[in-house]
Formats: sequence, structure tokens, C-alpha cells
Amino acid sequence: MIPEIGHFSLILALLVALTLGSLPIIGAARGNVVWMGLARPLARAQFLLIAFAFLCLAYAFAAKDYSVLYVASNSNSKLPIQFRIAAVWGGHEGSLLLWALILSVWTVAVSAFSKHLPDDMRARILGVMGLISVGFLLFMLMVSNPFDRLIPAALDGRDLNPLLQDPGMIFHPPMLYMGYVGFSVAFAFAIAALLGGQLDAAWARWSRPWTTLAWVFLTVGIMAGSNWAYYELGWGGWWFWDAVENASFMPWLVGTALIHSLAVTEKRGSFKAWTVLLAICAFSLSLLGTFLVRSGVLTSVHAFATDPRRGVFILAFLVIVIGGSLALFAWRAPTVGRGGKFDVVSRESFLLANNVLLAVAAMSVLLGTLYPLFLDALNYGKISVGPPYFDAVFAPLMTPALFLMGIGPIASWKNASLPELAMRLRWAFGVSVVTAIILPLWLGNLTPMIGLGLFLAFWIIATTVNMVRHRLRGADQSLTSRVKAVPRAWWGMVIAHLGIAVFTIGVTIVKGFESETAIRMMPGDVAHLAGFDFTFKGVKEVQGPNYTANRGELLVSKNGVERTILNTEKRLYTVTNMPMTEAGISPAVIHDLYASLGEPLSDGAWSVRIYHKPMVEWIWVGCLMMGLGGLLALSDRRYRMKKRNKNSNGAELGQEEVAI
Amino acid sequence: MLNKLLNIFVACFLMHALSLNAQEAQPMQNNAAVEEQVQRLSTQLRCLVCQNQTLADSHAALAQDLVQEVREMATKGMSDQEIIDYLVARYGDFVRYRPPLKSSTVLLWLGPFALLVVGGFGLFLQLRRRQAMAADAPLTEEETRKVRELLNK
Repeated sequence: MIPEIGHFSLILALLVALTLGSLPIIGAARGNVVWMGLARPLARAQFLLIAFAFLCLAYAFAAKDYSVLYVASNSNSKLPIQFRIAAVWGGHEGSLLLWALILSVWTVAVSAFSKHLPDDMRARILGVMGLISVGFLLFMLMVSNPFDRLIPAALDGRDLNPLLQDPGMIFHPPMLYMGYVGFSVAFAFAIAALLGGQLDAAWARWSRPWTTLAWVFLTVGIMAGSNWAYYELGWGGWWFWDAVENASFMPWLVGTALIHSLAVTEKRGSFKAWTVLLAICAFSLSLLGTFLVRSGVLTSVHAFATDPRRGVFILAFLVIVIGGSLALFAWRAPTVGRGGKFDVVSRESFLLANNVLLAVAAMSVLLGTLYPLFLDALNYGKISVGPPYFDAVFAPLMTPALFLMGIGPIASWKNASLPELAMRLRWAFGVSVVTAIILPLWLGNLTPMIGLGLFLAFWIIATTVNMVRHRLRGADQSLTSRVKAVPRAWWGMVIAHLGIAVFTIGVTIVKGFESETAIRMMPGDVAHLAGFDFTFKGVKEVQGPNYTANRGELLVSKNGVERTILNTEKRLYTVTNMPMTEAGISPAVIHDLYASLGEPLSDGAWSVRIYHKPMVEWIWVGCLMMGLGGLLALSDRRYRMKKRNKNSNGAELGQEEVAI
Repeated sequence: MLNKLLNIFVACFLMHALSLNAQEAQPMQNNAAVEEQVQRLSTQLRCLVCQNQTLADSHAALAQDLVQEVREMATKGMSDQEIIDYLVARYGDFVRYRPPLKSSTVLLWLGPFALLVVGGFGLFLQLRRRQAMAADAPLTEEETRKVRELLNK
């Protein structure tokens, strides 16, 4: 009964979404205040209905209702409760429901925090989000219903994929979807502005915090996924350029370009058309990512062709959304003003150059991801496009981008002087070159890639330090009050940029200095790696809730002093009969020690792999810093919704001029 | 009798000593140079039965077999290129993560640089146009008032 109520609730949600997607937009075109006013209650109703459907599905999982096909395919009676709940989004149908739920969350959030928007603008924004929701609800109800019954009911479920039985499963997908779907807000703002013909600095200011928030979620979501892969897959990799990863990375690249372009639009009134185009692209890439991951086209083009209903629906939806919005863009963009004049050397031009590089990078990732699919579909043979290709393409694009990142925030708007910039940054340049040569030499391995990576990281740090010192000049006030006088958005940028530097250091060092060894170990045997001694203490049998495991213990010591113990498991999940490796990791600032248990060999020995991963944690710390920078920017006082009196406004406007 | 006891004592002592003296773990493979080549190659080759994993990362039995095959070729002294050519002849281009440059992949390899050229050209045009623009007309009083009003709504 409960699943049917959930199903019915989804049908009602579709009707509400259809109303939300039509009446307010028509109302805005005709100036009908009542129709426009429907947007907010409808957004709320839609959220309640989808959330209710979601709870119904979660209930079916918690109550082990194996008469629901989706539950029977993705859960099992022995699965612990936290994973039974996370299994709601462990498969195709449920993750679409999560998508729709998160879209309705964003919609209701926009309706709640948009009191300051003009009525027609708000009606259009919520209407566009309603139209997107229509697409996803229709998709679920027509070809991908999570509430479909299985008759007769299964005795027990087929269990969740063991790879997904991890705390990462609880946080990573919701975070990532918050980011993906969050770009729908920027998209809706852009479409609403195109429809209404109001594309100005105010529009940029309104859509900026929403875009930043979505970007923060996406950044942290990708980071969580990368960290999860690192410890779950058992080989210590953190990024593989897998199509699923690329699907989240492309919107991130374009979203990064978008938040910078929005800044220019708000501050200088320039790049309006470009900003709108980026907003459309960011969301289109999110949709495309959903299509890639969810249509089955990745596993095999031919599997997709044998059951094309889902794929064809998403493809048609993509064509309507992307084609429609680009057509609207082509029609309305020429009426948008161009914005002001600026010189070849100016903050605008540096930002624009980096925007172009980010966009080219995103398109290249798209090319590399789709190319094998197209070749296969056209019967030109199967090829694999993997890390060697993406590394080769990405490094040359990111090198100038990171270099310009150091200069952009320092150059003045409109017209900067190149000799002046060179004078100001000569020390930063010298220091980063010298450090990038001396540090790897001291560590014992200087290659061009290590030198380049470290140079870019130190360049960003040195230019940021220069910028902060410049900004905090003057001795008439205490340092704390000078720090406080600078808007939080500016500090947000500083921290996010330093995050990029920290990330770059992590990537460079771990790629240049990691080491590993594969050995056979009897209990009592010692292996050596990177100055550490790893003593194998043997293997114990462990019984988990839905798996059996062999747990190997390695005692780590250095110069006879005991440091830590690594526990690594080889698990066999009994329902799916799938083996899984749980790595034993000792994380630290300087390096991670990472061990994974292999196969049992003859006479009680085991094969063991041990990895030394210097500074690998910096990769994720860098991502967290980017997210933190975004949050700090969001907490900037100009976004707080307090009622201000007219007198304070002038002073605040003056101050904002200096923040990007 | 005493002899027997002594024997047992010595045997016990020896066993104890052995268990105290930890043994060095043996590497899975003995030839370090060959292993380095196998490692390098297996990060560029695809596990044919996995979703999307290199041979180095895969725990699948078939991947291990393929690694063993690579190892045997490496032991025979074949170069990286010879080994890759052999595997491509047997399994097709699918096996390598670095796609070859041939007529069907020209777009793949040149695409990013073509995109960069197009983007760079667009940037150049835009910058030239912006530079040639007339200076901004300052906002009229009416416009300034409107901006304030909208921003403070």
C-alpha cells in the first residue's frame, strides 16, 4: 500500500510541476499577478509531494518490502540499516527520485529566499525549474518507476553492490546531486532573464550566491567521491578520468568559469551574454552527465540500443532543454548590452582568458568522454580513452590557467599596466621558480612535470601573499580591524585560490614521489618501503553482517619505533558473491601509508601490496579549502537578507566596489 | 637421557630464535627491471572484463592472467612498444588507454588544440573589439537611481 501511495504522490507532483511550469510563466508574460503568485505555493506543494514519495520509498527499504522490484534489486535483509536507506539512491530509479527531490529542494529554497526579486522574475525562475521537474517526473513515471511491484515478491533482495556499501555512499551522491542540480537555479535565472529581457548587474547579483552554493556542493561532492575511490578500490588511485567522474567534472569546470564570469557581470556589467551561455552550458552538462551515467550508454552502446526507451527519453529531453535554451539565447542575446570597454591588460581580460581555457578544458573532457561512444556506435571499432590521453590534454590547458590565476586578482579592472604588474610580481615569480627547483632536488627527484607543478602552486601562493599584504597595508588601524574591513567574499577568493595551490602541490608530489611494493608475506615477515618496516602479523577471519572477511594486520615501525597498525581486509559479500578489498590506511599530513591484502598463496603466505603516498591528503584538503572559500563568500554581508536602512546602503556599495 | 634433554633444549632455543628473527618478505617477482616494465605497462593497459580499470588496478583473475602474459614477454626482453603491438594485434585498440593516432582518432587528438585555437581567436577578436570601444557613457541620474533601487529591494 505504501509504495502505491508514493507512486500516487509522484503523479500529483507531476501535475503540480506542470502547473508550476506553465501558469506563472504565462502570468509573467501577461502581467497576471494572481498567476505569478501561484509559483510559491506550487513550489512548496511540489516539494512536499516529492519528499513524501521519497519517504515512501525509504520506508519500503527500511521495512524490507521485497515486493517492490527496485527494493528487491538493491537491498537485502542482512544489509545494515544505514546502507538500506542509502540504497534508496543505489540504483537507477532511486537516484532519479533523489535528483527530483533535490530539484524540488532548490526550487523551494529559491521561493523562500526570493522575496526581494520582482514578481515576474521570480515567477519565471520558479516556472523554469518546474518545467525541468516535469521532465524528470515524467521520465520516472513513464520508463523508470521506483515503485514498480514484483509479483510474486522475492524472498530476499539481491543486495546492494558491495562497492556502494560504504559511508561514502551516504554522503557522496546527495552532495554531488546538490551541486549538479544546483546549477538548475543558475540556468533558471538565465532563462528567466532572457525571457524577461532583464539582464543586468542586479540579475548577476541575485544569481551569484545560488551559483556559488551549487559550486561548493559540487566541489565537495567530487572531493568526497575521489576520496571514496581512494580507499575503497584498493589501489590508491584518486582520479581515473572515468566517464562517470568526467560527467561531474565537466559541470565543475564550466561552473568555475561561471562564478568568475558572474563576478565580472555584477561588478562591471560586462560578459553578460557569455555568463548566460555558461549558465546554460553548466546545467546542460549536468543533464548530459545524468544521461551518460543513467542511460546505460557507458557500459555498452549496444546494450543501450537493445533497450532504448530510457536513453531515447533522456536524449529527447536533452535536445529540448539544451536546444530550446540555446535557441532562446540566440534569439535574445543580441539585445543584451555589451558592457564597458577594457584593455588587453586588465582584470577583465585575464578573467576572460581563464574562462576560455576552462571552457576549452571542459569541451576537451567532453570530446574524450564521448569519442569512444561515437566510434563504437558508428562501427569504427572500440577504443579506450584513459588517463594518458586526458593528462596529455589537460596539463597544457591548465598551466596557463593557473599562471593567469596568480595575476588576475592583482591586475586592476579596465586598464592595468604590464610593467607595473611585472615590477610588483617579480619577487613572487623569483621565489616560486627557486622553490620549484630546490624543493624537488632536496626531495631527490626533479623532473619537468614536478618542477612545473610546484612552480604553479608556489606562484599562486606567492601572488596571493603579495595580494593580501597589499590589501592589508596601512598602520593606522590594528591588524584585526584591517582584516575585518575587507569583505568576506574577498577572503573567500583568497582561501579558494590557496586551495587550488594546495591541491596542485598534493597532485604533483604524489605523482612524482609515490612508491609501492608487491610482496608475498608469511606471518612474521617484514617488508620495507620508504624507510618504514611493515611486519605482517598474520590474517584473522572476521564475520561481518553480510560478508565474511580475512583481516590482515601489518605493524608499521621506523628505526625500531612502532608507528601504527594497518588493518586491511579481503571481504567476500555472501549474497552477491563479490570480493572486495578494504585498504588499511594511515593518513597524515606528510604521507599516507596504504596497504591492501591480496590473495592467499601457498603455505599460509599472502600477497600484499604496500603503497607510500606522500602528501596525497593535500588533494582533498585543497578541495575542502575551495569549498570553504565559497562558503565564506556566501556569508558576505551583502547577501544577508536583513532589512537595512537607506542610509547605510551608500557606504556598503562603496565598499563592495573593491571586492570581486 | 641428558643428551636427549639437551637436544630438546637446543631445538627449543633454535625455534625461539627463529621466531624472533623476522624474515624479509619476498617480492612477488624477483626481476626488478622486468617488474618495473610490467608496472609501467599495466597502468596503460585496460582490464578487458572490468568496467573501466587498468591492469594494475584490477583484481580480476583475467587481468592477472594478462599481467602474467605481459611479464613473460618482458622477461623475453621485448620492448614496451613490441608488447603493446602484440596485445593490440590480439585484443584490438580497446586494450590500450592511450588511443593510437590514426584516421579514426585524428579528431580526438587534434580536437582539444583546435578548440584552443578557436577559443584563442575568439578571445583575440573580443579583446580587440573591447579596446576599440568608445569610453562608457556615464550613467544618467535616473539610471543610477534605478540601480540603487533594484539592488536594495
